[in-house]
Amino acid sequence: MATKALTLYETTIGKKAVMAVSGVVLLGFTVGHLAGNLKAYAGPTEYNEYAQWLRTVPALLWGTRLALLFAVAAHIYSAFSLWRRNKQARPTRYHKKADLATDYAAKTMYLSGPILLFYILFHLVHLTFGGQIFGEGLIFGLEGYTWEVSNPYNNLVRGFQHWPVVIPYVLGVLALGVHLFHGIWSMFQSLGANHPKYNHLRRDVAIGLAALLTIGNLSFPIAVMAGYLEPTALRFNFPELG
Amino acid sequence: MKTKNLKLHVWRQNGPTDTGRFEDHVAENVSEHMSFLEMLDELNERLIADGKDPVAFDHDCREGICGMCSMVINGHAHGPHERTTTCQIHMRHLFDEGWDEVWVEPWRASAFPIQKDLVVERQALDEIIHAGGYISIRTGSARDANEAPIPKPIADRAFDAATCIGCGACVAACPNASASLFTAAKIAHLGLLPQGQAERMSRAKRMVAKMDELGFGGCTNHGECEKACPKGISIDFIAQMNRDLLKAVITDRDVPSGHGDGE
Repeated sequence: MATKALTLYETTIGKKAVMAVSGVVLLGFTVGHLAGNLKAYAGPTEYNEYAQWLRTVPALLWGTRLALLFAVAAHIYSAFSLWRRNKQARPTRYHKKADLATDYAAKTMYLSGPILLFYILFHLVHLTFGGQIFGEGLIFGLEGYTWEVSNPYNNLVRGFQHWPVVIPYVLGVLALGVHLFHGIWSMFQSLGANHPKYNHLRRDVAIGLAALLTIGNLSFPIAVMAGYLEPTALRFNFPELG
Repeated sequence: MKTKNLKLHVWRQNGPTDTGRFEDHVAENVSEHMSFLEMLDELNERLIADGKDPVAFDHDCREGICGMCSMVINGHAHGPHERTTTCQIHMRHLFDEGWDEVWVEPWRASAFPIQKDLVVERQALDEIIHAGGYISIRTGSARDANEAPIPKPIADRAFDAATCIGCGACVAACPNASASLFTAAKIAHLGLLPQGQAERMSRAKRMVAKMDELGFGGCTNHGECEKACPKGISIDFIAQMNRDLLKAVITDRDVPSGHGDGE
């Protein structure tokens, strides 16, 4: 019997491994992203200096961006390819089907995923490329909300003073939490990280990280809405934050 | 003795190419002590007496070990009782659920074509076994006990995997019609034991390649298979299969010269 030469990506397991590894890269980013943004609580100067610091080495900044872009592309492409395959595996659906083990998060991965994609695009348009996109004009047409060059702190805080920014943000963060609740646990399973001694920790890690990222990220709009974080009148001059 | 009238919606399909449809029946005075298959037997006797075509369904041992019976009862592969094959489901289990209306469907997966009504062709599972679910060396006659030292926990785990009866409920219950639990159990019960080590890597590659080739879906780690499995086989074995496959493919030493690995 001829054994078919097998490349990893050709197998369903290989595709899941790609999803898991790209997912870990993206998870790592979200953790670092939250850690960085928590500097908002240290004050506008610390926050803006951190933002400036991120851009001091363009090669690192763009290297990270490219790596993330690649991870997102791999994650989405594998998901789509598995989704198509899985649909074909059951062309006729059951009239009745009980979910005995499937939780809400697992069932809605194909929903929370696209929500996250659209949310990330919105988030980039808003806080990363806001200056280039809206220029001197009103961001999303919101009254009194203009881009301040060299002051990402104010761009963040002023945004959360408006419901049209808060609502998609909250939805995006909740989708992230739900996606990670299944995704992190699933990652262990897909990569074969399995040992009876540590298996119970896999769910705990998933819940812990999903909760940390959800609560941490939700704290920003709450802090702004509650008046704890306020726009600063300080002026900054960071040439890299154009 | 509790009896009940039960509304039945049974999947009828003349052959693999027929589109199929639900047929409604009423099972009258069903005793709680009847097995589900006996209830269908009675329905069939009535259909035969009326000169109609009886409902075709798979069954053999009727004691939960052969893996033949296969139907989805109100959305539950093998019916509403954990770790129980369809043949061991009794009507009291349905009464306990409070069901007055029951939808009976075949396993649904493109790799399991429907032969007739509730009977599906599960040859695909055999093909996965043919691809590597064996030890190809001659092992000789039975050896003395404990000649090959196997720690008890390992032997127990191998046995847990080996309890798979190949019924296909994992495929039926999986949202993706994936055969991962079946394949994983077969890979694990050999891969855990010393006799299975020689071919452990090539086995994982071949069986996974065959599983994918046959049109089963991929695993998305929902865990439905584990709940549906009449033997309660753990999805931990799927993680083990993933690990074996990843290791096998990444550390592949096969030279692509047209020679198979080990054959």
